[in-house]
Amino acid sequence: MNELSLHILDICQNSIKADANLINIIIEEDIKNDFYKIIIGDNGHGMSEKTLSEVSDPFFTTRSTRKVGLGVSLFKMAAEMCNGNFSVDSVINKGTVVTALFEHNHIDRSPLGDISETIMILILNEKDIDIYYEHLYNNKKYVFDTREIRKVLGDIPFTEYSVILWIKDNIVNGIKNLQKEETK
Amino acid sequence: MKSLDDLKKIRDAAQNKVVMRGKHNGIRILVGMATCGISAGARPVMNLFVEKIAERDLNTVTVTPVGCIGECAIEPIVEVLQGEERTTYCRVDEEVAERIFNEHIVGGKIVSDHVIGKYRL
Repeated sequence: MNELSLHILDICQNSIKADANLINIIIEEDIKNDFYKIIIGDNGHGMSEKTLSEVSDPFFTTRSTRKVGLGVSLFKMAAEMCNGNFSVDSVINKGTVVTALFEHNHIDRSPLGDISETIMILILNEKDIDIYYEHLYNNKKYVFDTREIRKVLGDIPFTEYSVILWIKDNIVNGIKNLQKEETK
Repeated sequence: MKSLDDLKKIRDAAQNKVVMRGKHNGIRILVGMATCGISAGARPVMNLFVEKIAERDLNTVTVTPVGCIGECAIEPIVEVLQGEERTTYCRVDEEVAERIFNEHIVGGKIVSDHVIGKYRL
């Protein structure tokens, strides 16, 4: 996977499988202190301590169709490759938090890529989930929250694809604005 | 940047439409979106379907991300469900996805050189 947003999509699929109805995606970029932090939290059913200890083992999976589970281990590898670290915290029936820290400037740190596509796919998921996405760039902040969008939409579903295109546009430009102000 | 007012306009326009996208009528497109699918390039494929559907304003077509069916070597996998009929495509890149959309979803003709059976003789 050559984009951080692909890792985020992958990790969030686990949250959806854990019956979460809210996923928080927080990205914190700090150029000065040279870190890039991704925190993904959900309110799904969580994991037991035993599962938690096995979760970043590539040969651990809860699925029966195959014997490997690479999602978490690939994300961990990506972080550790960039002098960062990786952790998973989980409480049964409360939820799970995945944290990955990268060195911002590290040559092996992949770019974020198209996060708007990632969020679009999460929204189009069959289960009804809310996404809270916060992107901090130095001291500036962009926030996207599907709960706010729902308030405007009323009973119009997200599967109305013109809504999806609006959301994508909003996220793409939101992040662009963060970085634009910086260069002034 | 599109504002919240634009979103309200979209909402009002949608409210005037009589047709609602049902889950079980029309065509459903399922895109495998597990680790294997994502790393093989399923995300741009799904994005292409969404954009094409929005572009043509098709009311009866939905696209949904799904898990892995255990054939990770031939991802990205796309399934097209229409009534009782299920067509499974494999090794779908954006080019193939566009063909699936134009020839199968719109045209009604299966893109036979990318159905799964071709790879599993």
